[in-house]
Amino acid sequence: MKIFAMYNIKGGVGKTATAVNLGYLAARDGYRVLLWDLDPQAATSFLFRVRPRVKGGGKALIRGTRTIDDAIKATDFDQLDLLPADFTYRNLDLVLDAAKKPVRRLGSLLAPLSAEYDVIFLDCPPGISLLSESVLQAADTLLVPLIPTTLSVRTLDQLTEFVGDLDGSRPSILAFFSMIDRRKRLHREILEQLPAQRDDVASAAIPALSLIEQMSVERAPVTAFAPRSAAARRYEELWLEARKRSGLPPPPPEGTW
Amino acid sequence: MRSVLRQFVLSRDAGSDPDEVLRLHGSAFAVSDGTRSITLRRLWLDTFDWRLYRSGLTLEQISSRGETHLLLTGRDGTVVAAEQVRRAGHDAAGGRVTWPARLDALPLGPLRDHLGPVVGVRALLPVARAVSTVHDRRVLNSDEKTIAKLTVDSMSVTYPAAGDVAPRLTVTALRGYQTQALRMIDLLAAAPGVADGGSQSALEAALAAAGRRPGDYSSKINVRLAPRMPAAVAMAAVLTALFDTLETNVNGTVRDWDTEFLHDLRIAVRRTRSALKLAGDVLPGDLADRFAAEFRWLGDLTTPTRDLDVYLLGYQGMADGLIAATADELEPFHEHLRRSRVSAQRALVRGLRSARFTRLASEWPEALAAAAASRARPTVARLAAARIARAHRRVIRDGSAISPASPPESLHDLRKRCKELRYLLEFFASLYDPAEHWQAVRELKALQDCLGEFQDTQVQREEIRAFAAQMMEERAAPAATLLAMGEIAAGLAARQRQARVEFAGRFRDFASRPSQNRIKALARAAA
Repeated sequence: MKIFAMYNIKGGVGKTATAVNLGYLAARDGYRVLLWDLDPQAATSFLFRVRPRVKGGGKALIRGTRTIDDAIKATDFDQLDLLPADFTYRNLDLVLDAAKKPVRRLGSLLAPLSAEYDVIFLDCPPGISLLSESVLQAADTLLVPLIPTTLSVRTLDQLTEFVGDLDGSRPSILAFFSMIDRRKRLHREILEQLPAQRDDVASAAIPALSLIEQMSVERAPVTAFAPRSAAARRYEELWLEARKRSGLPPPPPEGTW
Repeated sequence: MRSVLRQFVLSRDAGSDPDEVLRLHGSAFAVSDGTRSITLRRLWLDTFDWRLYRSGLTLEQISSRGETHLLLTGRDGTVVAAEQVRRAGHDAAGGRVTWPARLDALPLGPLRDHLGPVVGVRALLPVARAVSTVHDRRVLNSDEKTIAKLTVDSMSVTYPAAGDVAPRLTVTALRGYQTQALRMIDLLAAAPGVADGGSQSALEAALAAAGRRPGDYSSKINVRLAPRMPAAVAMAAVLTALFDTLETNVNGTVRDWDTEFLHDLRIAVRRTRSALKLAGDVLPGDLADRFAAEFRWLGDLTTPTRDLDVYLLGYQGMADGLIAATADELEPFHEHLRRSRVSAQRALVRGLRSARFTRLASEWPEALAAAAASRARPTVARLAAARIARAHRRVIRDGSAISPASPPESLHDLRKRCKELRYLLEFFASLYDPAEHWQAVRELKALQDCLGEFQDTQVQREEIRAFAAQMMEERAAPAATLLAMGEIAAGLAARQRQARVEFAGRFRDFASRPSQNRIKALARAAA
């Protein structure tokens, strides 16, 4: 089982769109996929038409008084399940703080799911908090969406440093450009320079396209409702690269269980 | 991750079109437009004696859009293993499987691994064939989120007989939406033209439409006798059942689908011969004498192939058990066995297609039908009591006379006496309390196993000598092969000696007072 976390200290950079589309593509490829919407804003849950509610709230899940198993909902897509958001997730830091070994907690909650799922995507809220530390400990790969601006690049540096200072297991980082506007000179410049300077930046990049915004109207991944669109093709490229870099083994061939 | 919640049967009457039934008026649920229907060609497979069905498994070959899958499911429909045997455009690694097939025709993999212990040496044969038209619908809640899947399966059966099955509707809940799906099911259950489908599987429905039921063959004698039935009528019933088993296995034997058709056929012949010998005198006229010779001929006809089958089935075990010699050195013996079996099988098929067998197959049931009209005394209960008591006395008498110095023939004769007693107990089983009967047979069986091991190893040793001589004559036996065969003969001798050592204890158990009383009580009970 491989755990990918969509993570950035900044908000509004395309984490949810990435989680939803990569989750869909992984399931389509034959992996058994779980997507955990950790953001109390519940955008991922909304996109899959799943009510953002977990019985007992985040507290019950973190404390283990309710199993994760009970809270999982199937999406409308085969092999793609969702652990929905809950408004109480806004207090997850406090709950984690009260738990034993808080930064390891998320990892130990997810470990038993390895029999059921091949891939887990964590859609994280922005910020640096105890929850993010726990996510960083649990994840194998951090997928970091970057808007090509100077400030964004600075946050990537901060994140890399932060991950480098972590005790125990450290996730690998794969940053990728998101919400690119090629009409902007700065975007074009950074897009050319950064991948040459750093090897943790993916060559696949996601442009700002209205079809991606259309997802909230269609309430489905763009890779599902417009699979041949340019937007879908960019996500395909990103998934391919993320899959290769993470070392995820190929899915079981069709027809074998 | 889905679970089947309920199955319904849709009425085929006018107005109960599945589409109509699914429109759940007045509820918060909506049914989405269905995807295009798909047509599945379905073929169910099992062994002739329904080993998969009896183990709660179903093996189905499903073909659609140029692809063919084999699917093994458990009682609740969960997939145990699956294998793609044909992909659109080209054959899969294992190629297409033509049925009937033995397990080694299937590609290596989890499916074959699961089937192995259940199917054993038996071939998988088509048991039903059907064409299904399957429509999928989705049930949405007020958020337009899918909560369940509805699958309507309209099936036409084409084999073993043509028949239509009423459309079946299966409701599958999506994970996390069981409660909502159950509410929807309540609405559906109340709709006109919808009936509860119980837990009948697609295979059971297909067979029912074709007028068959799964599990309808067993090599066991399944005759219900009443104690006051005239003995001749009862024996005719037993012999008719035996002949049914015999005849049912002829086709599979001739086509050589697997070795067990011949095995079951032989057992039916052997039981018939014993019945004629031990109780044939109650049949009218000279019926028993007239047919005894015919069944003896039939028994002899089947012996060479079966003997070679026993060798071939045990070959791998023998090869694996070699200590001094290697499996490669034994290979020419394997080849010799295979070649000999081909010619033995040819002779067997000739015999089963001969005028003599055809005559037997038509005259014997007629003669039994005539015998079944007999009203002569005694009753079957009296017959059973007398013959079981006599056979039991003989086993005790002959067994008690055996000492360590007795020749092998004396054990061979005792084995025959035991078999006679065993068959009598089986013929008349329906007259007795099943628990007491089982106990009596169990003790006898332990003794028989020991005598069987003694005798079989003796016969196999004699045969391996004959094989060696034959191979020398044909110049098909390198010295290393003969040495390997010698090692096998030595192994057989050791097993035979062990059986001889165990005999005394087994016989003591069988001849013990409580055990004897059990059989005596059994014999008395029916009378």
